[in-house]
Amino acid sequence: MRKSIKSILGTGLAAAMALTMVACGSQGGNSGSSSTTKPAASSQAASSQAASSGNSGAEGKVLNVQVWNEEFISRVTDHYPGYTKTDATSGKIGDVDVKFTITPTKDNAYQNNLDKLLPNNAKADANDKVDIFLIEADYALKYVDADANVAMKLSDVGITKDDLSDQYKYTQDIVTDKNGDIRASSWQACSAGLIYNRAIAKAVLGSDDPAEVQKAVSDWSKYNETAAKMKAAGYLMTATANDTFRVYSNNVSAPWVKDNKVTIDANIKKWVDDSKAQVDAKQTGTGDLWGDEWKAGFKAPGTVFCYFGPAWLINFSMGNAPGSDKGDDGSVAYQGGWGFCEGPQGYYWGGTWVCAANGTDNPTLVKDVIKTMTTDKKVLKEIAMKDSDCVNSKSVLKDLAGSADGNNKVLGGQNPYATLAAGAEKVDMSNTCPYDQGCNEAFQSAMKDYFTGTAASYDAAVQAFQKAVKEKYPSLTF
Amino acid sequence: MAKSSTAVAAVPRGGSKVTRYNVWGYIFLIPFIAVFAIFTLVPLVNTIYNSFFENYVDGLRQIGPNFVGFDNYVALFTSGDLPKYFANTMIMWVLGFIPQILVSLLLAAWFSNPSLRLKGQRFFKTVIYLPNLIMASAFAMLFFTMFSNVGPVNSMLQGMGIISEPYAFLDHAGSTRGLVALMNFLMWFGNTTILLLSGMLGISTDLFEAAEIDGANGTQIFFKITMPLLKPIFIYVLITSLIGGLQMFDVPQILTDGGENPQRSAMTLIMFLNKHLFSKNYGMAGALSVILLIVTAILSFFVFKMTASDEVKKKRK
Repeated sequence: MRKSIKSILGTGLAAAMALTMVACGSQGGNSGSSSTTKPAASSQAASSQAASSGNSGAEGKVLNVQVWNEEFISRVTDHYPGYTKTDATSGKIGDVDVKFTITPTKDNAYQNNLDKLLPNNAKADANDKVDIFLIEADYALKYVDADANVAMKLSDVGITKDDLSDQYKYTQDIVTDKNGDIRASSWQACSAGLIYNRAIAKAVLGSDDPAEVQKAVSDWSKYNETAAKMKAAGYLMTATANDTFRVYSNNVSAPWVKDNKVTIDANIKKWVDDSKAQVDAKQTGTGDLWGDEWKAGFKAPGTVFCYFGPAWLINFSMGNAPGSDKGDDGSVAYQGGWGFCEGPQGYYWGGTWVCAANGTDNPTLVKDVIKTMTTDKKVLKEIAMKDSDCVNSKSVLKDLAGSADGNNKVLGGQNPYATLAAGAEKVDMSNTCPYDQGCNEAFQSAMKDYFTGTAASYDAAVQAFQKAVKEKYPSLTF
Repeated sequence: MAKSSTAVAAVPRGGSKVTRYNVWGYIFLIPFIAVFAIFTLVPLVNTIYNSFFENYVDGLRQIGPNFVGFDNYVALFTSGDLPKYFANTMIMWVLGFIPQILVSLLLAAWFSNPSLRLKGQRFFKTVIYLPNLIMASAFAMLFFTMFSNVGPVNSMLQGMGIISEPYAFLDHAGSTRGLVALMNFLMWFGNTTILLLSGMLGISTDLFEAAEIDGANGTQIFFKITMPLLKPIFIYVLITSLIGGLQMFDVPQILTDGGENPQRSAMTLIMFLNKHLFSKNYGMAGALSVILLIVTAILSFFVFKMTASDEVKKKRK
């Protein structure tokens, strides 16, 4: 008896193992995976057909939207007319189901997902076709590339240059392909400036008035002089050298890569020289953005004179706003202790662009979503008021600059919109290339070793940079 | 079973009963062989095959696969990176392994010594094993925060007046490697202790008692009886730790955020491999994997040969 129990157990185990093996095998193999997904897809198709059997819809029943966080979902939920929310990542517009798919940005996961889906989008099942996807400036050029052709030209979607005329030029430059076609549109204009600690400005510069502070930082030589004054008074100019990197790198005279050759622009080299001098003089640190060292200056009374950032940094990242129901977090922001001015050079930070995926089966709806969310002035004003986005509309920003609606509590009641609007006009993003993100990251981390003195010389740091770039982009040369 | 075996015995269709039972042995081996072939052998062959091709993506453009022969290997060896990252890996492994094996031996000897009559053994065995249960990445994040310029370690040292300015632990090669070694030590000494302890408990107590009667002291017992008999377990620990060390990745990757600072001094071979996967560079990554496989095989062979040489000699006699 005992023996037979053992044998049953034995065969059972063997069977279980064989089963798992078969299951694994079929998941690994191509034929297996398609056979497992097909039933689900066809049942979905059947149910949606049943649901909409009464109408003659020539377009798809499902609007698939690829996103990396819930920002766009909440903008659509709050501001797109006729959108009804079903749950956190889905809703309905009329009788079309809207499905948002969130893939986090980290470790390239979002881009990898797009890379898998977009090239085969035309062949995908109707309900799985990607209709809209979002991109960030750092890798925008990869997806608006004319040869890759994964994002539709806005002119083909049905959005004309006239529709986009109220947008800032730089937001279009970033998403323009080599033939001059615009392939994406944004509701944000993240022009940025210099955010300074008012108390420190008063103590060292004698005034916290934005116009007066701007005089002390209006170009890089004045900025460096002020940094020395700050150090003498016991304050850091910026928390880390990386704070100013975007300001320099947005104002280059040539892109990182031209004809597969990487060059370090004069303005980037200037960032290295200025920063090295400041780090050596202990006027700034070498920590990473978003690190503990960087954030240390957010705490009241503050040891850091200034940060560089756009409206969203002021509103969401520097601490609770005065009177916020989250209470006093001991931040400078809670005391309304920051001021805002333009800084040495115009630049921008962040922003989300909306693309129409090539191969979409909902072209009409896609057009309407993009047009409404990124060009409708009423919607944009609502977004600015409710979500504090610096919206991509010259006339709306002008409105806000002239009214108390635009006053910001974190900035002690200052209205930053006139400065933001002026900054957005000045941003020049014609010198972007698809390799920007990788080059910027590799350059900053290589230069960190030069600033801290771990790398013997600038040349050694440049070699480390070239090595890192070569690993990321094997086709580039120096 | 009884029924079926009699049936088999009753109908002998050629071949003895032994060979017929052997068939069952092979049948039971099939699941393992199949799993091994699908998940290990095929990827292995595929990796070697891939290493001879230029094959990566540039944005959305796929470059290759173009056959390039040994170009990937040549590029790896001529750039001079390989010896550097191999050295980094080994330095950090040795720095962590030496204290780990010493502390583990000591703890295992204490735990296994019946004359000490240690109380609360179970509790301590659990406690020293605990660090191994923390996810390596979480552990590395913790150290990253603790040893940052504005972290608790620096403020403590400053508070005690030992240093006047924060020491940037992660900006110096020595301290970065040291931290990685420290973390690996903390994570793995409990595991090693348990392994060595089981080895020590497997040694017959007769031998210890006989040695005691003969007047051997504690040190003599440890070196003349425990250590020689512990050798098989010791070799096992050494080899697994060495292979684990060569595959070191998560701790230094998170602690140094990709390993580019300071001066790539904490970049291990697997972190280097990971860099090539940014551009899905299967050719280069494949070549590096093949080199790693060869290095691992050679090292394991040497360690095994070195520590097992006595036994081999004995068997030959």
